[in-house]
Amino acid sequence: MEMIRLDSVHFSYNGQKVINGVSHFFGQGSFTAIMGPNGSGKTTLIRLMNGILKPQSGNVEVMGRQASGYGARELARQMAYVPQSQYNLFPATVFDTVLLGRNPYITWSPGADDRRITAEILVRLGLDDIALKDINKLSGGQRQRVFIARALAQQPAVILLDEPTANLDLKHQHETLQLLRQLSIDGMTVVVSIHDLNLALKYCSSFMVLDEGLLVAEGGREIFGEELIEKVYRVKVKIIREEENLFILPVEPV
Amino acid sequence: MRAMGRHHEIEKQYIRYEGRKGRFIWLAGVMTLILGVTGLALGPGDISFRELLAVLTGGGDQLHQGIIFQIRFPRVLAGIMSGIALSVSGVVMQSVLRNPLGSPFTLGISNAAAFGAAFAIIVFGAGSMYSSSADAVMIANPLMVTASAFVWSLVACFLILFVARRRGATPENMILTGIIASSLFTALTTGLQYVADDVELAAIVFWTFGDLSKGGWNELLLQVVILVPIMVYFYRNRWNYNALDAGDETARSLGVNISRLKLAGMVAASLATAAVVSFYGIIAFVGLVVPHMVRRVTGGDERFLIPGAALAGAAFMTGCDIVARTIISPMVLPVGILTSLIGAPLFVLLLVKGKGGSQWR
Repeated sequence: MEMIRLDSVHFSYNGQKVINGVSHFFGQGSFTAIMGPNGSGKTTLIRLMNGILKPQSGNVEVMGRQASGYGARELARQMAYVPQSQYNLFPATVFDTVLLGRNPYITWSPGADDRRITAEILVRLGLDDIALKDINKLSGGQRQRVFIARALAQQPAVILLDEPTANLDLKHQHETLQLLRQLSIDGMTVVVSIHDLNLALKYCSSFMVLDEGLLVAEGGREIFGEELIEKVYRVKVKIIREEENLFILPVEPV
Repeated sequence: MRAMGRHHEIEKQYIRYEGRKGRFIWLAGVMTLILGVTGLALGPGDISFRELLAVLTGGGDQLHQGIIFQIRFPRVLAGIMSGIALSVSGVVMQSVLRNPLGSPFTLGISNAAAFGAAFAIIVFGAGSMYSSSADAVMIANPLMVTASAFVWSLVACFLILFVARRRGATPENMILTGIIASSLFTALTTGLQYVADDVELAAIVFWTFGDLSKGGWNELLLQVVILVPIMVYFYRNRWNYNALDAGDETARSLGVNISRLKLAGMVAASLATAAVVSFYGIIAFVGLVVPHMVRRVTGGDERFLIPGAALAGAAFMTGCDIVARTIISPMVLPVGILTSLIGAPLFVLLLVKGKGGSQWR
C-alpha cells in the first residue's frame, strides 16, 4: 500500500531552489533513509512530507489524499514527526511527554485509554523505570527513545524522523535504528534523514539520495557505488562487501 | 503477563503523581478562601468574625453591611480576579513565547494598558476627576477605559510578536522589547502629564501604582464578563500549551495550529491584562513570580499549572492586599507596591536557587 507519494515536488527558500522536482513513493512497512550532504534538502523534504512546509509546485499525498487536505489533528493521527533538536521549556516527566502524543485524540482531557496506551508504550520501549523522571535530565539516547515513544503514542501509520542518531553515542545510534527497524517490520512506514551511510545501509531497506535538491538515486542497497558517493559527497570512498553487508570507508575529500 | 502488570503499575504511579498536583490546586483554593474571608474581616471599621458571619448570612447592622458589601467584598474579589488574570496571562505568555521571562509587566503590556486607560480618561473624557487626591478619579465609562487599555496593550503585544517573529523570542530579545515598550508608553504617559492640569495629573498618577480600592461592582462585573471566557479558553487549550512547550515543530506534528494558538493566546492575555490595569493600575510581578512558584510544585504541565497559577495568584494578591491594608494601618498602601516589594526579591530567590537546566535555557 502506498503511504506517501511525492509527485514532482518543488520548494524554494528566498528564491533558492531547495527541493527540485522530487518524485517518490513510500510503501507500507518500508524503512527509508533520505541521504545526502549538508544542504541537500533532507530536512526540507521531511517538512514537506508532514505538512510543516507546503510545496510551491507538485503534490504530496498521504494515504491517497492531498496532505494539504488533512486537518492538523487528522494528519497527526496518520503521521508522527520527531524533529532533530528539541527540548522542553519547562520540566516535564517522561510519562507526560509520551502522553502528549495522544494530543490528536484528546478533546478535553486524557482518559484512561490514553494513559493505558502511554504506559504500554513506555513498557514496550523499556522506559517504564524512568516514567516519572524529568525528560530534560535524561541522556541523549534516552531522550530520543522518549520522543520516538511520543510519536508512537500518536498511533500513526507513518513516522518521520529528522537525524534521529545525531548527538548519540554508537550504542544508542544502533539501539535507535534497531527500534525503528522493528517498527517497520511491525508494519509502520518509517522515514529517516541520516548522515551516517553505514548505519543507514545496515538498518534501512530503501534509500533516497539527494544532491542540491535533486533526487539523484533511489532504490535498495544496490544503488550505492563509489562513483555515486564521490559525486554526491565529494569524498573518495572504498566500498567493502562482506556477505550481505556493505561498508563504506571514506578515503579522502575530492 | 509481566508487561501487562507493569503497565498497570506505571499507570497507578502516574495517577498518584497527578493526584499530588491536584492536591496542590485544592490547597491553593483553600488558601484563597481563607485569605478572602480574612480580607473581608480586616480593615478600618473593626468588624469581628461573628459580625462578618452575620452580615454574610443576611443579618448584621446596616453600617457593617455597607462596609462589607460596598467596600471590602469588591476589594477582595478585585484581588482574586486580578490575581487570576495576571498569573494565568503570565503562564500563557511564557508558553506562547517559549520564554520564562514573559509576563504582562516585563513585556511592557501593563504599561501600555495603563497609558490606554489614562488616555481614555483625559482625551475621550471616559472618567472625571473631582480633586487632586489619589482617589480622585471616577470612571464614568468603564467599557471605554477597558477598550482603550486593550487597544494600547495590543500595540505592545504586536510589537512583541513582531520582534519574536523576526528575531526569535529569546529571553534577551523579549526583555529588551519589554524595556522598549515600557519606555515608549512611559514617555507617552509623561506626554499626557505634560499637557494635563493638576487634577488630570492626579488621574494619570492613579494608574502608575496598582490599588484594588479603585474599582466597584460595575468594574467587577465587566471584569467577569471579559475574564471568564478568556480563562475558559486558556484552560481548554492547556494540552496545546503543553505541546507548545515541547517546541513549535513538535506542537505542529501533534496537530496544533500554532499560529492561531499563539496569536489568540497573546491577544487574550493582553485583554485580560487590560481588564485589570484599566481599573486598578499597574500591578507588577504577579504574572512573573506566581507561575514560577507554582511550577516548582506542578512542573511544566499546563493542565495543573493554569488552575494552580490562577488560584495561587488569587491567594497571592489577596494576601498582599491584606498586608497592604494592615501593615501601617490606618493608612492603606497600594497593593502594587506590595506585589513589587514581595515579588522582586522572590524572583531573585527563584533565579538564584533555580535548579538550572530547562527553566532558564
